[in-house]
Order: sequence, then structure tokens, then C-alpha cells
Amino acid sequence: MITLKQVHKYYSVGKNKLHVLKGLDVDIQEGELVSIMGSSGSGKSTMLNILGILDDYDEGEYHLNNTLIQNLSAKKAAYYRNRFLGFVFQSFNLLSFKTAQENVALPLYYQKVGRRKRNKLAMEYLEMVGLSDRADHTPSELSGGQKQRVALARALISQPKVILADEPTGALDTQTTQEVMDIFKEVHRKGITVVIVTHENEIAEQTDRVIRLRDGIIESDKVKQEELTVKE
Amino acid sequence: MFDLDKWQEILGTMRKNKLRTFLTAFGVFWGIFMLVLLLGAGRGMQNGVQREFGNEAKNSLWIWQGKTTIPYQGMKPGRQIRFTNDDYEALAREVPGLASLARRNRLGGEYTLNYKTKNGSFPLYGANSTFFEINGETVLKGRFFNPNDLAEKRKVMILGRRAREVLFGDSIPPIGKYVNVKGVYFKVIGTYELDGGNGRREERSYIPFSTYQSIFDTKRRVNLMGALAKEGVSAAQVEEGVRKVLAARHRFSVDDKQAIGINNNEENFKRFTGLFAGIEAFVWFVGIGTLIAGIVGVSNIMLIIVKERTKEIGVRKALGATPWSIISLILQESVFITALSGYLGLLLGAGLLELMSIGIRQIEKSGGQAPYFTHPEVDLRVAIAATIILVISGAFAGLVPALKAARVKPIEALRAE
Repeated sequence: MITLKQVHKYYSVGKNKLHVLKGLDVDIQEGELVSIMGSSGSGKSTMLNILGILDDYDEGEYHLNNTLIQNLSAKKAAYYRNRFLGFVFQSFNLLSFKTAQENVALPLYYQKVGRRKRNKLAMEYLEMVGLSDRADHTPSELSGGQKQRVALARALISQPKVILADEPTGALDTQTTQEVMDIFKEVHRKGITVVIVTHENEIAEQTDRVIRLRDGIIESDKVKQEELTVKE
Repeated sequence: MFDLDKWQEILGTMRKNKLRTFLTAFGVFWGIFMLVLLLGAGRGMQNGVQREFGNEAKNSLWIWQGKTTIPYQGMKPGRQIRFTNDDYEALAREVPGLASLARRNRLGGEYTLNYKTKNGSFPLYGANSTFFEINGETVLKGRFFNPNDLAEKRKVMILGRRAREVLFGDSIPPIGKYVNVKGVYFKVIGTYELDGGNGRREERSYIPFSTYQSIFDTKRRVNLMGALAKEGVSAAQVEEGVRKVLAARHRFSVDDKQAIGINNNEENFKRFTGLFAGIEAFVWFVGIGTLIAGIVGVSNIMLIIVKERTKEIGVRKALGATPWSIISLILQESVFITALSGYLGLLLGAGLLELMSIGIRQIEKSGGQAPYFTHPEVDLRVAIAATIILVISGAFAGLVPALKAARVKPIEALRAE
């Protein structure tokens, strides 16, 4: 599903070039639940942004669903993001002036799905995350956990191949963290590939595979044995 | 192409961001509103000045008697020049480029105009028909003098609107009635109106010049003469001719400007035309300034809006919005707001001017007058053009940052606060 081959990324800071990703090789199969860990500055967020076509890379190759993602036009990139990817952010990134239902329906608006169908589907996904009674509330009327569940519903509504989450529980307390993680696991059971960036061990422990980054290099890439045996 | 979904998206965004929408709308509204008021006030001033000028023929001149100030052919200065019928006939005969000549005398002394029990202390004049052509009176009812009135010295009279109101009131038709002045009865054949002079010009009444001379002035004197230049001849040329002929007849120097008075309307008119041009230029200067201020205001707000929405743009992009969908969303919103509020400003400004116009008309009806100001109105084409310019420039002001925002990498837009 996701293949990175010797991916490099530089940031220019003033006259200096900062080498953030120093040749990553990653291969994530369809249906995996993967966490990316690392201290701040390790390049984990940069990697996620490249996976999400939110940022571009300087060297190497990135294949998403067997399509080479390189030098895409803004329109093409928007198309791939819309069809293949779903995002969950640490700061939720819900549109404050829209209701929960409208926020969830937004990706379908960009897929040119009709309004009635859009709202119906949005209701179904809100129900899935257990928030159908909050459909008419704006984000400011929701708790942090509720916001993140709305964001998850929004990420899922376009039926993406991959869900990318950047510190999805970073702003949540322990209990709501677990609620959100349960939804991620449920999504994973449906066969959707999930990539979570986190620095919390409790989160990483709940995933099948942990990729540790350090200074732009993959330090370790461990697949949990028991999970594998269960699968096989 | 009408995209209902997009409009719902835009209207929803506007409804949820009331302050932002209001600020943009108010900037545009105020710019257009002030521009319309300004243009209207400028036009009102111009109309007011034009009214003071009255309806006088523009290529004409008035000639009156003066005193010599330059010694000439052995005669001392200070000699009073007096016109007679002979001067009038000489001018008609000898001045080149003359279309027609008028004369008018005023009856001096104490007298009143009387109709039955009503009377009014209004001035009586004798004049020929050409006089009205130059002075600008227009018939309200009946007619002016015909050649027979003058040739047969008929005792007929033309009344100004004000004199008619006082002598006859509103209910009695004046035509055919007889007005008594100093024991002589004149049959009213017409009434007239004439702008300017705060209505005093409509207090006058006129009888044929020949009648006037035969009844009130047997010395064949002429007090005031008016000359109308032929088409294509300048009033200045006629003025020169008049001066020459009268100087020869009365033996004063052609350079003696005080011996006879000449008021050249053409030159007055030129001065007024200059004044109008000045007012117009001023109005345009301030108007364009207002418009620029409006454009700057709208541009400013558009810049802030796009900046404020950078994060939202990032979110939309992450969800699959194409650059064009972002640009068109912002542009359509700004054009919609500016067009609507511009139209509102236009409507309210024009409405206010219309109210002022009605108010001024009421005041004028009750006899008062706002000096140098009447009938403010706005050229609708100019106002609409201004609105369109404002909408386009507002959209353009939004376009540049919108394009920039659409080009920014989504990750940078998402990072914005």
C-alpha cells in the first residue's frame, strides 16, 4: 500500500540546508496498523506529511497504492488526498463555523456528492463514532474527545485506503485517548491501513508494528510477534 | 454555471462569520453611499447656480445709459447720455450681426396695479416682443405681444406669475380681465414665468412699448435696450458695433466705458461655464478619492480574510479541495458581498437624494429657497460604473492573496494560526 524508497527531505533554514529525512525505506502493507515513534525533531511528522501528500520530498520514490507520488500538480494531489487518504490531526482541524455533521460531510463535497446523500452518510459515520446526537453542534460545543471522534468520522467518510493520524491523542486525557484508540482499532479491523504518529508508548503498544525514527533514520522497525501468530 | 452547493457553502460561511461579512459589506456600502451623495450634492450646487443665472439668452447684451468720464471734442466729462427712439432705430439700422433689438422702460413714481378690490405695488414696464426673447420669459397662459398690439398701441398687459397670484388669486382666470394702472385700463392677454432673482422677476407686468410711450412718456425716451446676436456672431462683436454707433451719435469716446453700460451675457455665461467645470472637477476629484478609499478598505479586509482563512484553506486542501475550488470560493464570496452592499449603498444614496429633492421642492413651493442648491440628483450610469469598479477591484484585491493561499503547500497552511 505504502512504499518509501530512499526518501530524503531537506528544509532550508536561512542559507543552511537541514537534512530532515536521511533515506527512509518503509513498506507498509494493506490493512496494517502502524505507529511511528520518535522524539521531537526525529522527522516523524515530516514523514507523515509526505505520506499524506501535504508536503513534497526531495529524493527517492514514494508509491501510494502502486502510484508514484512525485511532482504532482496541485489538482492531482488534491484528487489523491481526497480518494486515498483520511487525516486526523492533533489539533482536530475542524472548521469552527460548521456543525459536526457539516464537517464530516466536507470531503464528500469535494467528491461532488449530492447534498442529501452527503448529509445522510455524515449521519451514519457520526453514529459509528457514537456522536449522532451531537450532529448539530459546532466544534466549540464539543469536548476534545468528541472533536477527535468527529475528525475521525470525517477522515473515514470518503472510504480512504489509508488513515494518517498525527498525534491524534496528544490533546486528550487517558480515558478519551482510549475511546479514540478503540475507534482506530475498529477501523483497522475493517481492513483500512492506519498510520499513527505518536510519542506515547501506550499508543504504540496497541499497534501491530512500531517504526522508531531517530534523526531522520529508521532506528528500529518491529512487528509484534503475537499479533503475527494470531493473524497467521 | 450555477452551483447550488457552492452557494450554500458561501452563504453558510457568511452566516457564520457575521462580523467579517459586515465589515466588508460596510466598507463597500459606505464608499458607494458617500460617492452617490457627493455626486448628487455637486449636481445640486450646479443646478442651484444655473437657476440663479436664469433663462436669459446667452448670446445677448443689455445696454443702459451712463455718464461720460473722458473729455471728448471739447466737452467736459460727467455728461449724462440719454437714449431715444432714434438711437434704437439707428442701432437696428447700423449695427452688423444683430438678430434683433429690444427696448424696455419702467414706469416711475407711486402707483399700484388694481383689479376690483385687490391691488399690488408691482412695477409696470413697456417693452417690445423681442425683449422677452432675450430676457427669457416663458408663457404660462394666453400669449405675448403680437405686431398688431405694438402697431396699434393696444392697451393690453402681460402679468408675471406673482402679480397674477396677488391680483387674481387661484380661482379667477386673469385672461380677458382689466387691470387699472393710474386710471388706465389694460386687458390681460397672458401670464409668464421666469426663473432667477428669488421670484421678484415674476412681480413685473408688461404693456406694449408703443402704448407705454403714448400714455406715460411722450418724450420718446428709451431706458434699456437689449441686443441679440445672429447665429454665429459673437456678442462681443455686436457690443463693439453698438458702442461705435452710440459714440458717434452722442459724441463720446469709444474708449469711454462709463458713458454707456453694457452687460455682455456671453461673457457672464463663460464665467459660469468655468464655475461649473470647476465644481464638476472638484466633485470628481473628491469622488475618485472616496472610491480609492473604498477600494483600499475592501482590499485590506480581503487581505485579512484570506490570512485569517489560511488554516481553513489548509484543512480544505487536506480533505481534497483543488486550488481552483479554493480561489473561486473566496472570490465568489467577496464579489457577492461587495456587489450586494454596493447596490445597497447606491439605493440608499439615491433614495436620500430623492428625499432631499422632495424636501427642497416643498420648501420652494412654500416660497422659500435654498441658496445655490436645488434638485440634487445623481447620474445613475456613473454610480453603477463606480459600483462595478469597486466590486471588480475588491475581487482583484482578494484574488492575489487567494491565489497565493491556493499555491501554498497544505502543510504550511495547516501550520498557520
